Order: sequence, then C-alpha cells, then structure tokens
Amino acid sequence: MRFSYYISIVVACSVLLVSCKREERGFRVQPPAARAANSQTLTDLQPGASTSPAGIRNDFEENAYALSEGKRLYSAYNCNGCHAQGGGGMGPPLMDERWIYGGKPEQVYSTIVEGRPNGMPSFRQKVPEFQVWQLAAYVRSMSGQSPKDAAPSRDDHLQGKQPESQTKPLPVKDSKQ
Amino acid sequence: MFTDFRYPLSSPVRRIRLLTAHGSLLTACRLITAHGLLLTLSGCAGVQSSLDPAGPQADHIARIWWLMLFILSAIFVIVMALLALATWRRRTSADNETELILKPEAGGESRMSTLVTTGVVITVFVLFILLISSFLTGRSLHSLAASNSPPLTIDITGQQWWWQVKYENDMPSQMVTTANEIHIPVGRVVQFKLKSNDVIHSFWVPNLHGKTDLVPGHVAATWIRADRPGTYRGQCAEFCGHQHAHMAFTVVAESEEEFKNWYDAQLLAAAQPANTQLARGQQVFMTSTCIMCHRIQGTDAGGAVGPDLTHVASRQTIAAGTLANTRDNLAHWILDSQAIKPGNRMPPNPLSAEDLSALLNYLQSLK
Repeated sequence: MRFSYYISIVVACSVLLVSCKREERGFRVQPPAARAANSQTLTDLQPGASTSPAGIRNDFEENAYALSEGKRLYSAYNCNGCHAQGGGGMGPPLMDERWIYGGKPEQVYSTIVEGRPNGMPSFRQKVPEFQVWQLAAYVRSMSGQSPKDAAPSRDDHLQGKQPESQTKPLPVKDSKQ
Repeated sequence: MFTDFRYPLSSPVRRIRLLTAHGSLLTACRLITAHGLLLTLSGCAGVQSSLDPAGPQADHIARIWWLMLFILSAIFVIVMALLALATWRRRTSADNETELILKPEAGGESRMSTLVTTGVVITVFVLFILLISSFLTGRSLHSLAASNSPPLTIDITGQQWWWQVKYENDMPSQMVTTANEIHIPVGRVVQFKLKSNDVIHSFWVPNLHGKTDLVPGHVAATWIRADRPGTYRGQCAEFCGHQHAHMAFTVVAESEEEFKNWYDAQLLAAAQPANTQLARGQQVFMTSTCIMCHRIQGTDAGGAVGPDLTHVASRQTIAAGTLANTRDNLAHWILDSQAIKPGNRMPPNPLSAEDLSALLNYLQSLK
C-alpha cells in the first residue's frame, strides 16, 4: 500500500516534466515550416478536383516564450495601432471567430507577410520570419487557439479583455461561411 | 626554532609559532597580504568606483563609506582581540581543580554589571555616531535639488536592456534623443527624470551619485553634478532580466563649450548619403528589418523600439556598453546579436556580405 503511494507520487512528479517544454527559449530559432507558407490560396475556386494542402503546424503555438514574444511584438510593431488589443479598430478584430483571409497558421502568416487589400501592409523582409510565426501564434491565441498553459495570462497594459489563457477556443470560420 | 613548553602540543599558539618559524611560508604570507592590499587599493580608482568621487554627492557617499569602514574595522579588531584573549587565556591551577563547579565570586556580580553597562554605552554611542552621520549624508545628498540655478533636465528611460536618453527643452526642435551615452557639462546641476518601459531598473553612476530606481508608471528624479571632467561608467543596479549585466552606459562630463558643440551636433538630422555606396547602405537600412525599430532623424526610419541611431557613429560603445563601437563589432552585432547578448530584443539579420558592408559604411557615416 505504502509502495503504491510512493509510485503514484513519482509518476505525478514526472508528469510535471512535460511542462518544461513549454518554456524553451530559443534566441536563434529556425522558424517552423518556413517553406510553402508563401503560396497560400485565397479562394476555393480552382480548376479540376480540389486540392487540400496539408496544414502547417506552428510549434510556437504551444510555446509560452514564443507566445509572449508574439504578444510583445504585437505592440512593438504597432499591430495594435489598427487592430487594438484584438477587438479591432481601423483594422478588423482578431479575437473573434471570423477570419477574412483564413485562420490557419500558414494563412495568418501569409496575411502578415503579403499584406491584404484595404489597409493591411506587407511586412515582407521587414519582420524576420521567426517573429512572423511568433506573431501568427499570438494572433491565433487571441481567439483561444493555443493551449491554456502556454498562452499569455496577463497584459502589460490596461486589461480590457480576458487574458489569452482564459479565452475559450472559438471555431475558426472563414468569412464566406 | 625554539620550544615553548608552556603550551601543550595542540595549542593554537604553538602551532602558529611553528608555522611562522618557516621563513618561506612567512614570505608567502607577506606576499599574499601585499598583493591583496594592492588589489584592494586598485578598486578605489577608476571609471566605475564610488571611492573615486567626481561630484559632491559621490564625495559624501565616499566619506561615510570610509568613516564606517574605519569605525567598524576598529570594532572588529577589538572584538577579535578580546575573543582571542578569552580563548588563549591561561587557566590558573585553581580553575583546573574546580572544573565545572560554578561558585559565586566575591564582588563578581557588580564587576560584571559594570562591564556590561560600559559595553552597552559604548555600542549605543558608536551606533549614534553612525546614525547621525548617515542622516547628515542623506541631507547633503539632496541639497543639490534645492540649488536654484535652472538645471539641465535629462529624461532617462530604462528598457530591457539599454537606456534611452532625452534632453528636455521647451522647444521640441531643441530636444536631443540618444542612447546609452549621456553628456553633461562640468559644474552644472543636472536633473535626471527616470522612467521605465518594462521592469524596474536602477540608475547608478558610482563616481557621481548613489542608485535611484526606475519604476514603471512612475517618474523618479535625481540630481547630479560632475566637478571634474572625465568619462564615467554607469550600470543598471537592479536585476532586470536576462541581460541585466550588459545594461551599462557612459557619462561624459566635459567643459561647457565641448558640451555645447556636442549638443549642437546631436541636434542636426542625420547626414544624407554623400555617395552611391552610402546611398546603398541607407537603402539596405530602409528596406530591411532595421527600420521597424530604429530611428534615424531626417529619414523615413522612425521606430521607437530600439535605440535612436541618428548619430550612432559618435558614440563610444554599442549594445549598452557591451562592445566598443568599431566596424567589426558592429558587423557581428548586426549579423547575430544573439550570440553576443543572448535574449536581447534585436533579431539576427542574415545580410549578404555586400549589403552588410554598405550598411556598415552608412552607419559609420552617421557621426
């Protein structure tokens, strides 16, 4: 009985080790899946049978450091100048379930890199690739797409909404739907 | 070597006498002591030392430091001497016979209470000396603030991990913004307004003054006067994250005339590229990641996230006192600053050799 008690403590403690991965700080990181993200299709209309491209996984979405860097860059690069703290202003809101140009990681990435009509500038070559991925991860975490343990849990500015870690995951919908 | 039978073999006195009898060991001890003293003394002078004061406040601080050192060293020596006396005091034969039997000594109690009372009185007296001199030092540290000459006001903003320096003026066109290097005129009271953009930092130039914390959301003020021209090193003195140790700055105290010249040069917009090579460098700056964070007055670059680079070539160091401002260091810094100062906010910039060389030429032309 005593023995199984100790075993369960050891097992419980070893589970904690899993959380070590969420805080890995890479200062010279390779961006996740840098390839192929630049050729996003913006429409479902295509000749022949439809091709569904394999989604790109953004590992930064599960990394607390990368997400907090994304949050810092979000105001450093003045994203909040148009999108506010996710609620939108001059630009569309980012914390809702509506994604005009798609809400998959690689779609958010190419929206930032390429820019979009009616105001979104293109940040190609102006923002390093790994930082774009950090930003993309953070933008998606605004609507709860990141795990609770990795998403930022407090704001450095006045808090106007629930922190990302408390946001319930919203479905990702294209504007057409 | 002589033999002293008064002490048992294991007695510390005897052991020390045996040891010191060896000439070589004594010489070694003397050498170590001499070197130690020299090393200690070398800490007194220098560009970052509170024992080499260059202003009235640092002078007060240095004085109280020496006062405390002397008083406390004397106390230490006296206490140690008494302790040694108590430890090595020879036991009388009477003591040996009456081991562990405590018997009241005639008149012992009144002798002990006299001793204890004297000890308490001396302790309180010494503490009062220290207390009063601390109060007096504290008052004189703030006497500069009350001086009525209109001070030069400099805004310092602490950032992870560098210092933004902004000279206040009623006319916006007469304001100067720079980073990590503060020029002040000798003999004039300078007011520093200290702010922080992220976490708590602390502003400390040991040769001029003590520390003042920079707290986010609060403007702290401190006053400094340099009485002797020179270059002094300052350092963040409150742990502020990964690169706290590399968050330094330089204070250049110079004559009123030199300061005026420096200020007028800093007021100018950046030099326009004089040839195609420099123009190419400027183009690299404007079309790459640099422009997102840095400002060069007189161009499109207006970022306020990183240090202002309008006159970057006129500064002595880069990366907040981490590296000397040379072409080689600048190149390494631009290419991969994370190898030099891991965790800093500047991303690595993989530029081609040609672009890098043009960019370096341009940055070095920003005198």
